[in-house]
Amino acid sequence: MQWNSIGEFFAMGGYALYVWGSFGITALALLIEPLLLRKRQSDVLDSLRRELNADKQQRKPE
Amino acid sequence: MNGVAPVYAPSPRGALGALGVLATVIRRDLLLALRRKSEVLTSLFFFVIVVSLFPLGIGPEMALLRTIAPGVLWVAALLAAMLSLNRLFASDYADGTLEQMVLSPAPLGLLVIGKIMAHWLVSGLPLVLIAPVLGLQYDLAPRPLAVLILSLLIGTPLLSLIGAIGASLTLGVRGGGVLLSLLTLPLYIPALIFGAGAVEADISGLGAAGHLSLLAGLLALAGFFAPWATTAGLRIALE
Amino acid sequence: MDNKIIHWFKFGSPQTFYPLAGKMVPWFWALAAIFLVVGLWLGFFVAPTDAVQGEAYRIIFIHVPASWMSMFLYVVMACWAGIGLALNTRLSSMMASAIAPTGAMFAFLSLWTGALWGKPMWGTWWVWDARLTSELILLFLYLGFMALQAAIDEPRRADKAGAILALVGVVNVPVIYFSVKWWNTLHQGASISMSKGSTMAVTMLWGMLVMALCFWMYSIAVALMRVRAIMLERERHTDWVKYAVE
Repeated sequence: MQWNSIGEFFAMGGYALYVWGSFGITALALLIEPLLLRKRQSDVLDSLRRELNADKQQRKPE
Repeated sequence: MNGVAPVYAPSPRGALGALGVLATVIRRDLLLALRRKSEVLTSLFFFVIVVSLFPLGIGPEMALLRTIAPGVLWVAALLAAMLSLNRLFASDYADGTLEQMVLSPAPLGLLVIGKIMAHWLVSGLPLVLIAPVLGLQYDLAPRPLAVLILSLLIGTPLLSLIGAIGASLTLGVRGGGVLLSLLTLPLYIPALIFGAGAVEADISGLGAAGHLSLLAGLLALAGFFAPWATTAGLRIALE
Repeated sequence: MDNKIIHWFKFGSPQTFYPLAGKMVPWFWALAAIFLVVGLWLGFFVAPTDAVQGEAYRIIFIHVPASWMSMFLYVVMACWAGIGLALNTRLSSMMASAIAPTGAMFAFLSLWTGALWGKPMWGTWWVWDARLTSELILLFLYLGFMALQAAIDEPRRADKAGAILALVGVVNVPVIYFSVKWWNTLHQGASISMSKGSTMAVTMLWGMLVMALCFWMYSIAVALMRVRAIMLERERHTDWVKYAVE
C-alpha cells in the first residue's frame, strides 16, 4: 500500500482534480443511468395500469 | 414529371438489357435535373462560396492558404455533396415513382446504381470541374492541383455512394435533412482523409499514389456494397 | 434436437423473456458490484505508483475499460440488429436499441477520462491522436443510430433502418480506425503510447481487466433493464403485457 494517510489518498499525488474528475463523472453516469431506467420502467407500468383500470371501469356498468 | 414517368413502363424482357436500364435511369434523372437547374446550381454555388469564405475568415497569407487548401476544398465538397443528397430519392418517393421502380421488372439494385451515377453526374462532377479555379484562388501549384482534381474525381463518386445509403434510410423521416448529415458525415471521414491527404502527401514530396489507390480501393468497396445497402434501405422505407 | 430448437425460440419471444430478464438483472448487478470492489481495490491499493506519470495514470482503470466497452458494445449491437434484420425477430432488434445508449455513454466516458488524463500528461485536453479521434467518431456513429431510430415512428421500420446503419457502421469502423491512424502518422502529430506495453505492471493489467468485467456486467444489467422497458412500451396492447402488469 502506497498511501500513508487518507489525505494523501485523496490528493492523488497532486492529480486529484483529474483522477477524481474521471472517477466521479464515471460513477455519476453509472448511477444515473439505472435510476433513469427504473423511472422509465415504473412510468410505463403506471400508465399501463391506468389504462387497464380504465378499461375495467368502462366495462363494469354494462 | 408526368411526361417522364412512362420511361419505367414495363418493356418486353430482353428488349432493355442491364445497360439499357442503367442508361434509361441516368437519362431520366439528368433530364429531371435539367428541368430544375436551380437545385443543381445551388450546391455548386454553395461549394464556391464556402471555399471563398475561408480566406476571409483566416486571412490572405498565401503560405497558410496553400497548406489548408486541400482540406478546405475537400470539406466544402463533402458538404456540397451532402446538400444534394436529400433530392436523390425524395421527389421520386413523394410522387410514387420509387414504388413503381420497386415493382418494375428491372432489378432495383440496377436502378439504384443508375440513380447514384446520375446524382454524381449532376452534383459531383461539377464540383470536380470547378475545383481547379478554386485551387488557383489558394495558389496551388499545377502538380498538387492536378492531384486534387484526381482525388476529387475518385472521391466524389464515393461520396454519392455512401450518401445514398443515408438518403435511403432517412427517406420520409421527420427531420430527415439534419439526420442525413448526422448519419453520413462520420462515414465520409475516410474519403476526406485520403482525398485531402493525397494532395498534402504530394506537396510534402511523399507521392500521392498510395493515398489515391486507397481511395480507389474504398470506391471499389463502396461500389460493391453501397447499392446493396441502399436497395435494402429503400425496401424498408417503402414497406 | 427438436426440443432444443423449441426452447431456443421460446426465450426469443418477449413474452417469456420479460420475466426471465427481470430475474437475471439482480445477478448481473451483484456481479458488477463484486468486480467493482475488486477492481477499485486493485486499481487504488495494489497497483503501484507509476514512475513517469505519478498517480494520474490511475485514470487508466476506467479509461481503457470504457473504450473497450464502447467498441465491444457497438459490435454486439450490430450483431443483434443484424440478427433482427435477417431472422425478423422482434427481441433481437429491441436488444440492439437497448444497448445503444449504454455504448454511447461509455464512448463519452472514454473521451471524458481521456481528456482529463491528457491535460496533466500532455498539457492539453485534446490531442488528435488516432485512438481518441476514432473514439469520437464512434460516439457520432452511436448518436446517428439513436437519432435515426428516434426519428422513425413505426418501430419495425426503425429496427430495420437502424440495423442497416449499424451494419454499415461496423464495416466502417475498422476503415475509419486505420484511415485515422494513417492520417495521424502522416502528420506526425501526437504519437502517444497510452498503454506502455511491456513496462506495464501485471497488477495494472489485472485492474483493467477486472474493471472491464465490471463494466461488462453493468452493461448487461442495464441493457436488460432497458429492453424490459422497451418491451412494455412497444407491446403495450398485447395480452402478455396485461398479464405481466397485473
